[in-house]
Amino acid sequence: MNQSGNVPRSRLGSLVLIAAVLGGGAAVFAYTAGWFSPGRLSPERMIAALTPPSGAPLGHRRNHAKGICFTGVFEANGNGVELSRAKVFERGSYPALGRFNLGTADPNAVDATVRVRGLGLQIAAADGEEWRMALINPPVFAVSTPQAFHDLLIASGKKDPEAMKIFIQANPEFAAFADWAKTAPWTASYTEEPYHGLNSFIFTDAKGGDHAVRWSLLPTVQPVPVSLAELEKRGPDFLEQEIVERVRTAGPQRWTMVTTVAGPGDPTADPSKAWPEGRRTVQVGTLVVQRIEQERDGPCRDINFDPTVLPQGIRVSDDPFPAARSSVYRKSYDLRAAEASDYPRTGTARP
Amino acid sequence: MSNAPHRFALIQRLLHWLMAACIIAMLFIGVGMVSTVAQTYLPLILIHKTLGVTLLVLVVIRLALRLHYGAPPLPADLPPAMKLGARLSHLALYGFMIVMPLLGLGMLWAAAYPVVLYGGIRIPALLPQSDIVHTLLWNAHFYLGFAFFALVLLHLAAGLFHALIRRDGVFDAIALLPLRDRTPVE
Repeated sequence: MNQSGNVPRSRLGSLVLIAAVLGGGAAVFAYTAGWFSPGRLSPERMIAALTPPSGAPLGHRRNHAKGICFTGVFEANGNGVELSRAKVFERGSYPALGRFNLGTADPNAVDATVRVRGLGLQIAAADGEEWRMALINPPVFAVSTPQAFHDLLIASGKKDPEAMKIFIQANPEFAAFADWAKTAPWTASYTEEPYHGLNSFIFTDAKGGDHAVRWSLLPTVQPVPVSLAELEKRGPDFLEQEIVERVRTAGPQRWTMVTTVAGPGDPTADPSKAWPEGRRTVQVGTLVVQRIEQERDGPCRDINFDPTVLPQGIRVSDDPFPAARSSVYRKSYDLRAAEASDYPRTGTARP
Repeated sequence: MSNAPHRFALIQRLLHWLMAACIIAMLFIGVGMVSTVAQTYLPLILIHKTLGVTLLVLVVIRLALRLHYGAPPLPADLPPAMKLGARLSHLALYGFMIVMPLLGLGMLWAAAYPVVLYGGIRIPALLPQSDIVHTLLWNAHFYLGFAFFALVLLHLAAGLFHALIRRDGVFDAIALLPLRDRTPVE
């Protein structure tokens, strides 16, 4: 710095420099933390947008708050190994843990009022690796970007009917989801639903080849369409009661896992865009749901179905949603873990 | 004073500056990653976990070197209060370096997250899932992170104070290159 000890830097100048380093360091730190950027889409803002006017569902997931746990196995048929070297695709049976749920922030929602049904799943490979995912029943996601999802939550929460119109004008991709929501038949059972991963991931095969894929769990029972009016008569929790009863009387329930391989130029960064019909599909195995357990003290309660918990052989693509979901799910997990006393593990009454 | 070692061993100085850069990066990555939903969240959290475990290994090496080589004495004319402050702040810095990665690992274990580092290296869980333990460790990791950053700033200020104002050789003891053209080192 200074060339020789003979030219003493002024004391004042040194103090100013020290203060500048400290102040600058603290300011850059605060900027990085987002304290000067209220416009940045943070997990906190996304969770604030999810929170219903009645208040946060303390102790529960901030979205898909109502659900029921299951355990079972994923039976891999071995066909998946041509696409991915992930161990869970090697022919065999792997422990599975999951949760049927409703796309609502209200853990006490009436089942017939919720259009989107979901399934969270964790498959454990023999070597300790885990594959977690969270799927929903619409065939496309509602919007193209996490920011648009935030805007959708804000617009749909407003009383002003113009808010949704303005949102749809700005996000025309929403039409495909809206069409599904209006026209797709309702069913009276979690077992009659398909569950779609929607987000694109990259499978890497044993030779190092990459394949952009999406996956779905397709029901093996024939869906029976039921009118919404009929569902409204069945009570607030008919989905949970139905699956408990069905597994008790009919035994394990199954879904076929189908992976779809993207064609050249298919959009991988936009889950609101379906890939064209006729894309190559590979049936990689069967999810077998063997046992249903109440969420309150069930094994899925403390699992964050973060879709970026992936085994070697599967990684995220340029789809922006898995990172956003990971970030927001983590925050949701931190919150509900800290609020566990608001949702005690024992006790019979719903909160 | 001229007979006593007036500088840390080269390996200690190298490790000091390497860890300084990594710790500052860790603190910034930490507050940055939890404030975004962008795609950079995933690489940032991967770096944060990998670097955190690496730093835990490095601080153990560092402490062993410190026990082996010792440290140059503080200047005799340094006021007792500043000497005490220097000792306590260094103890606290070492404490943070050891505790922060352990808290981070512990909170991931208590949340039943698999800990996977860069290159697919997995750290097996040493704690069972627990809401209470997760919340405790998460809070500690979060708030101590800010305290760590404050202490790093204080340490930086003290270093600059020694280098620019007192010019008492304390900064030279850890500097990679000599501050003044006093005597060529190495």
